[in-house]
Parts: sequence; structure tokens; C-alpha cells
Amino acid sequence: MDRAKAQPTIVFRSVSFQRGDHPILKNLSLEVREGETLVLLGRSGSGKTTALKLVNRLLEPNSGEVLVEGRATTDWDPIRLRRKIGYVIQEAGLFPHFTVERNVAVVPELEHWPANKVQERVAKSLHTVGLEPSQFAGRYPHELSGGQKQRIGVARALAADPPILLMDEPFGALDPVTRGEIQKEFLIIQRGLQKTILFVTHDLREALLFGTRIALLEAGELAGVYEPQTFLRTTDPLAAAYVATLGRSSVLQKRGVQ
Amino acid sequence: MNLLHFFSAHRMEILQSTGEHLWLVVISMLLAIAAGIPLGIAVTRKPWLSKPILGSANVAETIPSLALFGFLLPVPWLGARADRLAIVALALYALLPIIRNTIAGIQGVDPNVRESARAMGMTDSQILFRVEMPLSLPVLLAGIRIATVWTVGIATIAAAVGAGGLGEFIFRGLAMVDNRVILAGAIPAAILALLADIILGLFERRLRHAR
Repeated sequence: MDRAKAQPTIVFRSVSFQRGDHPILKNLSLEVREGETLVLLGRSGSGKTTALKLVNRLLEPNSGEVLVEGRATTDWDPIRLRRKIGYVIQEAGLFPHFTVERNVAVVPELEHWPANKVQERVAKSLHTVGLEPSQFAGRYPHELSGGQKQRIGVARALAADPPILLMDEPFGALDPVTRGEIQKEFLIIQRGLQKTILFVTHDLREALLFGTRIALLEAGELAGVYEPQTFLRTTDPLAAAYVATLGRSSVLQKRGVQ
Repeated sequence: MNLLHFFSAHRMEILQSTGEHLWLVVISMLLAIAAGIPLGIAVTRKPWLSKPILGSANVAETIPSLALFGFLLPVPWLGARADRLAIVALALYALLPIIRNTIAGIQGVDPNVRESARAMGMTDSQILFRVEMPLSLPVLLAGIRIATVWTVGIATIAAAVGAGGLGEFIFRGLAMVDNRVILAGAIPAAILALLADIILGLFERRLRHAR
């Protein structure tokens, strides 16, 4: 194997994390390859959000290390690291006192991009998530619907064109119809961007829809890594339990899996 | 009739005392704000500071105001001028609500918002000045409003150490057993307190509506 070329973008190397005496992640080893979307699938409390926060150093491992582009997160300047990683969370976490435009512009402005370039990027990011800048740029988050907020959250994460995206149940708080729409749109965005994405969800449908590979987490431990097709056929009882929740449905057709 | 007559006969004196009063309140409030906000921020950053800072502000609050003026009288630099002493004492009283509300305002910021600020790569001071402070402004302003209204009232006692202000009339009226003189101090003080409450309240409402 050509090592230099095959170097994964994110590597969890025997990572453990605990809060007090309570272990959250146990000896997690996992790789996210460049340009792929790795889905961390697990139920609440499985440690998937913790794993995500270890990547942009919102948390640091108690043992083991997380490598981003070959360097341990603890060796990165956390500010530099975070500005090259887009982050999308469930309730979007938009700044309520900023307009949509300023929300999207946060990272480019922190990076001191020239004003015209910032504006250009904001407009482009808003277009990418299907919102018309002239209509939305001046609004405040409280004037937006849940789906619009979430779109802005995605636009904000994309604004500085980071090579890596972390997404923590980004569509989880939406009603099913809006969620379906945004998922479809995001699928198109995802294919157009070729970013390395670590995507956290408890929803197998979503995992199948977006995942290049699916890593199944259970009680802080990695229960297996599957391609979407093999996930459905595996005999592993835990994976099978997820599959059982799924009416074999349109999701597969959307992905073009027979 | 009698009272109106008295007021118009002494209107210059009343106006001058009101001016003095306002000056005492404004200067001591500026001092309290300048000290209280950083202290409040410090508590949100270093929780172990909470006990010493809030504790001492609490203690200052429990000392009866007349006694506090008395205690400060022998302090070298402070005791030299009555208005200086009064301003420091008033600022000490105003400190607690300002510190408290600074803390409450910052702690009230949606954790999701703070986390995304961190995740976007904001430094600690960027998080404070761009996110936490603007978002906690309405709560902070409520603290300043409470403290100001309080200070307008307590400042009348500053006359006891000779710092002037509307308290002059009240003390003089008490000595003379003349209600008109007392009211010449009490009514303008009440009006000042109401005005402070209304004006700062308007600001606060506007800030709350801005989001």
C-alpha cells in the first residue's frame, strides 16, 4: 500500500475517554479516509458525540490519540485546528445576535479574509444550501424556520471551505418532511464537495443514505465498521437490530442499491 | 399650596442638590460598573473566585449604609473628602447586583451557542466579547438598573457625612421637624429613581427586542 497517499485524514488510535470514573469511549481505533463520509452510528450514550468532539479538540482523550492530517490533536493549535474543520450540530447553534450573513461569515472573518471575498463566500455558501442571499442575508435566526436554521448551520460550516466536516445529528431536530428534503439536498452537496465528513447519527436510514462506511458504536466500543450494503446483510446481532428497525425502503433506491 | 410655595421659593437650592445627587449617583455607578463587570467575568472563568468575590460583595451589602459611611470615615485618603467617601461607599453597594447579573447573563448564554463559537475557532476573548457579552447585555443592564435605583435612594444618606445631595433637605427637615423640607429632598429623589428606572428599562427592552 502506498502509505503517503493512503494516509487517512482522521485516525483514532486506541482512544479512551472518561468523565470522572465513567468511561465514555473505550479503546476506539478508527480511520476516516480522505473524501469519505464515515457515519458513527449508535444510540444515545454510545459515545459518538464524544468521538466527534475529540476531533476538533473540544475534548482531549484520556489515553490514545486522535490524529488529524497525521498530527495528534494535542499537537495542533486548537484555534487553527478548529478553523479548518466545519462543525454542524443539532440545534444549529447559530448566534442569535448576528444576522444570517454574519453567522455564515464567522470563520472567514476570524481568518481576516478581505471583505469582498467574505461576501462572495457567504453568497456562495447560501446558494449551496438553497437559500437566496438577497432574501436571507439580513435576517436573524429567530426569524427562520427550523429547516432554514439548519441550512444556515451547514452554510456556516462550509463558508471557509474546510477540508473536514463534523456533523452531529445535524438534521435530528427537524420534522420528518423537512428532514427528508434537507437530507436529499445535502446528499447533492456532499457529492459535489468531496470533503472528509464524520457524521454522527442514531438513524440507520441516515447512515445508509450518507455513509461511505458506517462505524457502529455501542456503549463506548466499536462494534464494527461496514459498507452500507454489507451492513444490511450482516449477521451481527447488534447491526441486525438496527436493520430490523428499517422497513427496507426507498432509502436504498435513493442510493441506487438494489 | 404651602408646599408648592416652599418649592418655588427654594427651587435653586433644590436644583443644585439634585445636581449634586445625580453626580454622586453617576460617578459611583460608573465605578461600580467598571469594577463589577470584570469581577463578574472573572467568576465565570474561575469558579473558585465565586466565594471570595460574591462573599465580600454580599458582606458589603449587609452593612447598614449609615454604618458603612461611618466605617470609611477614618480611612486615610477616603475620609479626606466627603464626596469621595460617599462615592466609594455607594459603589460598594452597587457592586453586588452588577456582579450577580454579569454572572447570570453569561451563564445564561445557550451552551449550544457557546460550543459552536468554540468549535468555529474563536479564542476565549473572542467568545467573551463577540458572543457572551452581547448576549448577556439585557441581563447585565437589568442589574445596572436595579443598582442605579438603589443608589439614588441610598445616596440621600451621603448627606450624613456632608457629601451633599438631596439628603441635605431630608436631614435638615428631620432636625427642623418640617415636612416641607423633608419633601423637598424626598420628592426629587423619588423622581430621579423613577426616571432612572424608566430610561434604563427602555434600553433594556430595546436590547431584548433586538433578538
